[in-house]
Amino acid sequence: MTEATIPVPDASRAATREAGDERLAIIGAGKLGTTIARAAVAAGYEVAVAGSGLADDIALTVDVLAPGARAVRTEEAVRHADVIVLAVPTHRFRELPRDLFAGKILIDTMNYWPPVDGDDAELAAAAAGTSMVVQDHFRSARVVKGLNQLGYHELEEHRRPTGTAGRVAVGVAGQDRAAVTAVMRLIDRLGFDPVDAGPLERGVALQPDGSPFAVTYTADELRDHLGRSG
Amino acid sequence: MQHDIEFGLDTFLPVTDDESGKPIDGAQVIRNTVDEAVLAESVGIDSFNIGEHYRDDMMDSANHVILAAIAARTERIRLGTAVTVLSTQDPVRLYTEFATLDALSDGRAQLIVGRGSATESFPLFGFDLADYEELFEEKLGLFTRLLREQPVTWSGTFRTPLSGQVLGPSIPEGHIPTWVGVGGSPQSVMRAARFGLPLMLAIIGGDPQRFAPYVDLYKRALEQYSQPQLAVGVHSLGFVAPTDEQAKAIQWPYYKQTFERAARERGWRTPTYEQFLAEVDHGSMYVGSPETVAKRIADVIGTLGLSRFDLAYAVGGVPHPQRMAAIELYGHEVVPRVRELLATDDSGDAHAVESGVGR
Repeated sequence: MTEATIPVPDASRAATREAGDERLAIIGAGKLGTTIARAAVAAGYEVAVAGSGLADDIALTVDVLAPGARAVRTEEAVRHADVIVLAVPTHRFRELPRDLFAGKILIDTMNYWPPVDGDDAELAAAAAGTSMVVQDHFRSARVVKGLNQLGYHELEEHRRPTGTAGRVAVGVAGQDRAAVTAVMRLIDRLGFDPVDAGPLERGVALQPDGSPFAVTYTADELRDHLGRSG
Repeated sequence: MQHDIEFGLDTFLPVTDDESGKPIDGAQVIRNTVDEAVLAESVGIDSFNIGEHYRDDMMDSANHVILAAIAARTERIRLGTAVTVLSTQDPVRLYTEFATLDALSDGRAQLIVGRGSATESFPLFGFDLADYEELFEEKLGLFTRLLREQPVTWSGTFRTPLSGQVLGPSIPEGHIPTWVGVGGSPQSVMRAARFGLPLMLAIIGGDPQRFAPYVDLYKRALEQYSQPQLAVGVHSLGFVAPTDEQAKAIQWPYYKQTFERAARERGWRTPTYEQFLAEVDHGSMYVGSPETVAKRIADVIGTLGLSRFDLAYAVGGVPHPQRMAAIELYGHEVVPRVRELLATDDSGDAHAVESGVGR
């Protein structure tokens, strides 16, 4: 059922991977975190997932919802990989130490929508997008906005192999172009067509009030929308 | 085996239209709902459950009062909530209201507690949405203690402490069945298991099959916490009419209107008619003739191993007469047909579960 859409990548594909590309860490063991973990395990990554507390607290959740991924403490997750998915509740990211992700590629999957998250003056005032606030908090991390734009069950249901006609696109935005490239490679392997939305402040177009939010577009359609909203 | 499945009807008391398409008075919606519940009992429905919202297009803000009125006009049907927004309730007040409902109805009160997908009660009652987890955890802790073991001595963060507190009316052991409503958060599934409370999955879109891992997680979590295996139920939306075409034609405009409003409030895209049809055909909208709806419900009950299925009958302002007709079809045709389908398609896997809070 749930894992059926994406086959495990074959050896020829694996040969094209770059160094440091085999591991993924996910901070957050909620709906989105476990969904991405499941997709990443299916794509052949070694996945470590951390919740807000001890590894034991989420061990069963990870074991059942993302078999093959490891439940670990936050610090261990950070050590585990160079690419880290931040999938915690939006109002909680500031509880993580500012230098926790120093030098790491940090994928900001969070969205701010007051009826769900409550009022947050700083995020509400973020004209250049909430990921700029996240980057400002984690100054030593290489923040890339991505995987925020689709719901967790869309991420589950629309995964398709590279080259599938009508494959759903996922936009990414970031200052660090090498980090953007790495995240685009991850998104492709997870089962989506990556689309470069430009620098981090352009990530505002991928937010809840931007038109590509919660809509499944192909790469061409998404590029078209991003072009028009720019 | 024919395990005993509870078939419930749920409503948020949407403001309905009259026959000419104009919204009727909210007070009339409340009175109509009592009639709908009385009809639900007369056609054999097991439970009638009311939501909790604080907005101008839903009249369910004081669900316990409406349930009390229904209690006075019915004898058998269970009376509950779907859902009680526990995070912004005072557990002591909630206990007194539902212990009173249990007394009035001779033991028919039940609850589903959760956040609901609506969050307007947080600012309204002075709570911070950011405290959602802590609020729910603390209030569920106090509420289950009030149900299970008075007198209660308790202290927490969000209300004054209790010292040897006894509240009237007392309730018989095992009352009031309290389910935890979950929309897809693994932590909420774990919490329901930790508290030893049955699990109600709110599935309002997509393939219900994708919730199977959550059922698995819940069962294994119950084992981990040394709890008995407990019931799992599903709440979904739907509408029944004599034919598939009639059901879709009546439901679609109201579905569209309801989800357009939700989309504006949450930054989502509004669904297209094609998406509505996809939900009806293989998603989580139980819309169609009695036979169509019965087959889809039997499927989800079998797939997820459910002990309870609640249908939120009609999305949005479908007029009262059509809601009444849907209830009648649901009770007279859909539920018996689901039971028949489950009896013939029997895996023999008896669900040894306990429901409610009793232990």
